[in-house]
Amino acid sequence: MSEISHILPLSKPKEGISKTGTWRLKKPVIDHSKCVKCLMCWLHCPESTIDVVESSEKFVEVNYEFCKGCGVCANVCPVKAISMVPEG
Amino acid sequence: MKLVVMHLTGNYAVAWAVKLSRVKVVSAYPITPQTTIVEKISEFIESGMMDAKIVRVESEHSALATVFGAASSGVRAFTATSSHGLMYMYEMVWWSAGARVPIVMAIVTRTIGAPWNIWSDHSDFMSQRDTGWLMIFAEHNQEVLDSVIQLFRITEDPRVYLPGMIALDAFILSHTTEPVDVPDQSLVDSFLPSRRQPYTFKSGDPITMGNLPSNPRDNMKMRWDVHESLVAAKKVIMEVDREWGELTGRSYGGLIECYRCSDAKYFIIGVGAWVGDMREAVDMLRSEGYEVGLIKLRFVRPFPAEELAEVVRGGKGAIVFDRSVSAGSAGPLYLDTVAHLGALNVGVPVKNVIAGIAGVDVTYNDIAGVVRSFIEEIESKGVVSNYVEWYFG
Ligand code: SF4
Ligand code: SF4
Repeated sequence: MSEISHILPLSKPKEGISKTGTWRLKKPVIDHSKCVKCLMCWLHCPESTIDVVESSEKFVEVNYEFCKGCGVCANVCPVKAISMVPEG
Repeated sequence: MKLVVMHLTGNYAVAWAVKLSRVKVVSAYPITPQTTIVEKISEFIESGMMDAKIVRVESEHSALATVFGAASSGVRAFTATSSHGLMYMYEMVWWSAGARVPIVMAIVTRTIGAPWNIWSDHSDFMSQRDTGWLMIFAEHNQEVLDSVIQLFRITEDPRVYLPGMIALDAFILSHTTEPVDVPDQSLVDSFLPSRRQPYTFKSGDPITMGNLPSNPRDNMKMRWDVHESLVAAKKVIMEVDREWGELTGRSYGGLIECYRCSDAKYFIIGVGAWVGDMREAVDMLRSEGYEVGLIKLRFVRPFPAEELAEVVRGGKGAIVFDRSVSAGSAGPLYLDTVAHLGALNVGVPVKNVIAGIAGVDVTYNDIAGVVRSFIEEIESKGVVSNYVEWYFG
């Protein structure tokens, strides 16, 4: 019965067109030596702009083109590895 | 086939069916008269008889949202509610239909306030009829158990992929014990395939459900697809009921069930537990010489329009009993019935009786009395004078 196709309200996320990075007043800076790789920041970021890179020096990375500086990641990080640093 | 007859209330029949359907996630908020469904399920889980998770939540809106989330991620999920609880869920009722996620929900029908009232009428259930869910109404506790299992199968059929709700009358079924045959787990396993659904959320494969469509016409087509799938579900309902009948010896006619209709000229139409009283009323009127039959609508959505027309065509009249009202118009079952019978050129007078609202007791004597005067009026005058009648008993 695989030939039955319904019209579904689904979409595939792709990179956004509005650069929400310009909204930022404070920027999240990750101290990778403290990071315990829990993925909480990755899960909670409302812009989905934290990527898991898993390199030798860092586990997660912020894409600042889209980071709007809301501070949610810093708030949920259980080991306080993320600090919000004023821009400019 | 071996019968295992247990003594079950309607609510316990729901719980047993949920267990037999191998539901994995249940979430609900307590509300009378639904509560004992979820209490029984928690007992099953606590005692190790059922392998599932109960998620406790702070409201019915969250209960359905939780079940919706669990179902989206690939498991069979269930919730139950009544009256005000269903009203509080209403937004999520639409979302789960629009999202095309198969879910089963039991509605133990209860009057909506104001004023407070816990007795059965059908206002809560009938007010969901535009949402896109399959809607089935049970007459007795055996049908409750059988229909819950059938509903899992129907909602997860790729031709349908929509959620479904089953109604049972507060107290008349929910808290009344009847003998119920509880089928073997192996029988239910052979009837219910493993979970099927149109898409599944899983990590590593990000998809978004419910984004703003760039073109509203796509959105309209989604709503059209919900409607078309409900209409297509009629065939699935018939197949599933027939197959269940082969396995258990019990089938319910699929969409509608007729009682003493073959030579009838007048038809009583109704849903729910009082259909049992309507059967008694038919027997009583038959013994007095009235040519009357009964059409039980098992499904309210999809509405069995053609099936109903086929039975009523050539008759002399039909009388629809509604246990709720679309205030300012008429009873919802009546409205569907006259619209479709009219459009399908079944030119018989149809009367609406609104009764049993707020749990007012209606006996088979009451039903027989109303039907008797209806038949007498048509026989003597050829028309119905008061086509929407409120009957207070
Ligand atoms: S500050 Fe906000 S937007 Fe930026 S990475 Fe953290 S959670 Fe995401
Ligand atoms: S929340 Fe903190 S510890 Fe967890 S992954 Fe993000 S930076 Fe690392």
